[in-house]
Amino acid sequence: MEKENLEALDRNFQDKIDREIRIEPKDYMPDAYRKTLIRQISQHAHSEIVGQLPEANWVTRAPNLRRKAVLLAKIQDEAGHGLYLYSAVETLGADREDTIDDLNEGRAKYSSIFNYPTLSWADMGMVGWLVDGAAIMNQVPLCRCSYGPYARAMVRVCKEESFHQRQGFEIVTQLANGTPEQKEMAQESLNRWWWPALMMFGPNDADSTHTAQSMAWKIKRNTNDELRQMFVDATVPQADLIGLKIPDKDLKFNEETGHYDFGEIDWDEFWQVVKGYGHCNNERVTARKKAKEDGAWVREAANVYAEKRAQRNKKVS
Amino acid sequence: MSKKEWPLWEVFIRSKQGLSHKHAGSLRAADAEMAVNNARDVYTRRSEGISIWVVESVNVVASDPSEAGPMFEPANSKAYRHPTFYEVPEGIKHM
Amino acid sequence: MTKQEALFEFLLRKADDSLILGHRLSEWCGHGPILEEDIALTNISLDLIGQATELYKYAAEVEGKGRTEDDLAFLRIEREYKNVLLVEQVNGDFGKTIVRQFFFDHFEHLLYEGLMNSKDERISAIATKTIKEIKYHIRHSSEWVIRLGDGTEESHNRVQASVTDLSRYMNELFYQDEVDETLIKEGIIPDVKDFRVEYENNIEKILEEATLSLPEEKWQLSGGRKGVHSEHLGYLLTELQYMQRTYPGMEW
Repeated sequence: MEKENLEALDRNFQDKIDREIRIEPKDYMPDAYRKTLIRQISQHAHSEIVGQLPEANWVTRAPNLRRKAVLLAKIQDEAGHGLYLYSAVETLGADREDTIDDLNEGRAKYSSIFNYPTLSWADMGMVGWLVDGAAIMNQVPLCRCSYGPYARAMVRVCKEESFHQRQGFEIVTQLANGTPEQKEMAQESLNRWWWPALMMFGPNDADSTHTAQSMAWKIKRNTNDELRQMFVDATVPQADLIGLKIPDKDLKFNEETGHYDFGEIDWDEFWQVVKGYGHCNNERVTARKKAKEDGAWVREAANVYAEKRAQRNKKVS
Repeated sequence: MSKKEWPLWEVFIRSKQGLSHKHAGSLRAADAEMAVNNARDVYTRRSEGISIWVVESVNVVASDPSEAGPMFEPANSKAYRHPTFYEVPEGIKHM
Repeated sequence: MTKQEALFEFLLRKADDSLILGHRLSEWCGHGPILEEDIALTNISLDLIGQATELYKYAAEVEGKGRTEDDLAFLRIEREYKNVLLVEQVNGDFGKTIVRQFFFDHFEHLLYEGLMNSKDERISAIATKTIKEIKYHIRHSSEWVIRLGDGTEESHNRVQASVTDLSRYMNELFYQDEVDETLIKEGIIPDVKDFRVEYENNIEKILEEATLSLPEEKWQLSGGRKGVHSEHLGYLLTELQYMQRTYPGMEW
């Protein structure tokens, strides 16, 4: 394509974005936009799928029938969300199984939060309350993302996720109002999950390489720090209400700004976990890889059977 | 072992009697029965549907977005196809 | 044995079947052979846990000693669990999970059809709801048995091995004792002997389509209904009961 022509297409594309017209799969889009979306949506999908594992770790140990069913339904939703998102990736011309292989071979990233271990039942509460809470903060603006299939997937995801955070908060509340042992279990869990939850929003804006372009493309609507602040502002009063203490000595409501000031995140820990040195990086990816490898004969058999049957039907007709 | 993947299917769901099937999303399945089962499990977990259609994605024929101008814009200038084009004298009801 | 004692025991047996199998299927969560199937297995697991909950609730009421459905599900010793051996068998590969489900679903289908006509209204109401779930399960497991049996050589061999292995537990599905006799007389449950042939025909028909077969040798294992289990159940219960045993008497 000629250079001028391409420039015109790019201008036209940005113009559509600026006028809040959604981009659909077969529309023209700059390569960089496509690549950014493939990277972001597949990371998001991987996060859902890997995110099943820390919670699946407690499914067989859930304390009663109701909790077991709810937890299982929630994890199942995550598999569904992964599927919706992989479908959105496929509309961009990326193959789902190739994308999954990128994850399984350690070439792709996913949310680092899932590299933290789930060590007690209270962690099921914290994951719902804090991790899903943070995810929702991220996801709600994505419902208005400029790329149609991603935005539509997010609408569905957000609708389904609304119960996830509530069930988590319900677990935590039950513990906070329970015996001293239970309250201690909740506090200990909050101590471990609070900072990693804040890290979920990514590096500070000054250090975030993708933010500016993503905002111009309206893939992203808020910066990392804006979303993090919204999360802190929303969550601290919830903790107060149930009598749990946020493990941050610098946390203080700022009358002037109307927001909570909070302490510095340990970015060294963040980057180390991203690089693969967290508790569970290895376990998570290994588990996903094993699931795919163990299932290879099943998927192949289904294919072969479908072919055989198609042949037989042909002969009959 | 063949690396061939299960084909992609598009899923359409009728949410209740009287409404048409609407595109819900896509999924992978080795055959049609499996596609219907998977659609049920993936897209109707919250009672979203009472009827499912699945069609293999390769069988969907789509119009070309670069042809959107000639395809759809000529209709814009034919406002006379819409009732609001016409003036109805005051006092006339139910037309 | 009074009618009430028999009813309690029967409900416990069926609730334990559903709970233990639901628990086994929940172990697949996050590890299925493909995303869509991960979701499908979880759905079946959720159905089973839901069935167990309803059955335990009713059992607790029938018993009338103030125990709850959770007390029954989580706070008995191994010998007091009355599920059939089939459902506690480990998941193995996907094919084994499917065969276990297949043998079970076909039995459940016929049993619950009978239970829909139970003179006990509560049971007939539970059965009317449950039968719809089972009809879906049966379709899922039967289709998969055919795909795997008539798929590749590898899948055929794997699934045939599971059929051979798990067929040892089929007989126990039809186990009967005083509990059943008491309830059959009262018109509360069907006599499973009446549909034994139909069960075997249904199984064999699908196995044939799948190019699979039941082994000639049919030495059968049993004990579950009396609380004598395989080694597998103890470990399952260790996980299931972990929270309730570690933190006795707390609400979650």
